[in-house]
Amino acid sequence: MLARKIKNQLFLLFVSTIMLLTCIPLLLIIKHILTMGASAFSLELILNTPKAVGELGGGIAHAIAGSLLIVALASLYAVPIGIIAGVFLSEFRNSKLTFPLRTALDTLAGTPSIVIGIFAYVILVVPLKSFSGLAGSVALSLIIIPIVVKSTEEILKLIPITLREAGLALGFSRTKVIWHILIKCHRQALLTGVMLALARTMGETAPLLFTAFGNSNFTLNLRGPMASLPVQIFNYASSPHKDWQEQAWSGALVLIILVFLLSLSAKLVISVKLKK
Amino acid sequence: MNKILFWNEEKIGISLIKIVVVLLILFICTMILLLVHMSLPAIKVFGLSFITNSEWNPVEEVFGAWPFIYGTLVTSFLALLLATPFGVFSALFISDICPLRFKGILSTLVDLIASIPSIVFGMWGLFFLAPFVRDHLAPLLREIPLSGPLFSGPCFGISILSASMILAIMILPTISSLTREIFNAVPTTYKEAALAIGATNFEKIKLSLLRPSLVGIIGALGLALARAIGETMAVVMLIGNTPQVVLSLLAPGATMASILANEYAEASSTLHLASLCYIAVILFAITMIVNFLARILIRVLSPKW
Repeated sequence: MLARKIKNQLFLLFVSTIMLLTCIPLLLIIKHILTMGASAFSLELILNTPKAVGELGGGIAHAIAGSLLIVALASLYAVPIGIIAGVFLSEFRNSKLTFPLRTALDTLAGTPSIVIGIFAYVILVVPLKSFSGLAGSVALSLIIIPIVVKSTEEILKLIPITLREAGLALGFSRTKVIWHILIKCHRQALLTGVMLALARTMGETAPLLFTAFGNSNFTLNLRGPMASLPVQIFNYASSPHKDWQEQAWSGALVLIILVFLLSLSAKLVISVKLKK
Repeated sequence: MNKILFWNEEKIGISLIKIVVVLLILFICTMILLLVHMSLPAIKVFGLSFITNSEWNPVEEVFGAWPFIYGTLVTSFLALLLATPFGVFSALFISDICPLRFKGILSTLVDLIASIPSIVFGMWGLFFLAPFVRDHLAPLLREIPLSGPLFSGPCFGISILSASMILAIMILPTISSLTREIFNAVPTTYKEAALAIGATNFEKIKLSLLRPSLVGIIGALGLALARAIGETMAVVMLIGNTPQVVLSLLAPGATMASILANEYAEASSTLHLASLCYIAVILFAITMIVNFLARILIRVLSPKW
């Protein structure tokens, strides 16, 4: 009995130590981002565009605007497609298309983000002969689609079948049931899934490297190269200039704040729904 | 009249949904085919020996993928090796051992780390992890007896080891949260049964938590491995991007994802671009296979409660 008790205590000690050790790098990362990011942070940074190479100062406003624009555009195509595909997977389970769709989406979800960037390069940058914000948004939409499909399907699965039957019994067509009962009544839950997908996509760098490429000027022209926050951080962080490295840290802080704001508001949407 | 309208609406709506679905499937297939098409020149010139050839020379147009495949395999498996004990046992701690009031904080911390973009991990690695490896870890590792060529040569911080370590930190939350889900799916009655026959906490965990979820955990590790194989930005910043096959973990290397990120935008010749596309095809195939096997483990082979 004693041996078993000692074994038990040793095991608990071991697991607790592992947990502590796990927390160390995680906390260190958070601490470093906060301190390094905050030390170089200023309003000027998020309101200005970069100055000429070698000149101190300047900001990353162009990258923030580019990121927001690219992600907004990406969600414009990805969200409707994702929700429709999610509805299909949950409502038309016996269709012949279900298996191919699921396989295609699983493949897309598992594709490394750099390969997704190459996909978008092949279908948009090559024919248009120019890096463009448009290609970047298509690349990001390929990342958003599988996530939105997954969350939509999970949410629709939770809706009781009786609700659908009630609609059909009232003489609704199946499309009306889908639109009025499944989508419109559960739009907040669906929105949460979308926002979490956007939060994840906001920080993606690899798909933008050779689609949106990067730009040191403020631009809203979707047909030309466009700056984005993650790519800007990458370029600045790997540069030898101290000033740029500091800006990269602040950029990272801004990026993380954007990501957290998106996921936080997703959680708020859910809690508002629950209160009602 | 009304009836006709009713049926039409339903038919039109459903066929619209189906059209979108078919287009989406076709779009995804087209992309994959186009990628293979882009790599055809390289496939024609080098064939399958592309995989085993270890020379990568854009100037003389000789391309081989072995250094990158080797780099990807070494970094991702080393990352998995480093992250697995931490991921699995932290999940165990959070789901079963930890007092209730810390449960929320710890799981939030782990989820928080999972939501940090990989570029930020890369930057942290470049400015904090690489110097740490260079100044503290490398001298220590060199002292290990019988390590042979594993920790030999100079270390500038940017190395295969640093890249593996940052990958390990990045896949740790993935492993931890997937494993936690698997643990939570085990029925409570199993644990109660173990406790009822007088098992200690350790025996309970071993018999009624770890053993039934073993297959699922291996599946979760597979998904994490796939993530590590495809991870780009953090690795680009920490591995040094030197196409070479060396045993020493302290030397720089390159992975399939890192060479794509580095050279794709600048590739000028057709053969160079095609070779990079060929690497993308190989990378895509490897992640697909790993993901597929992991999903089979999780969906089909693990027990249904």
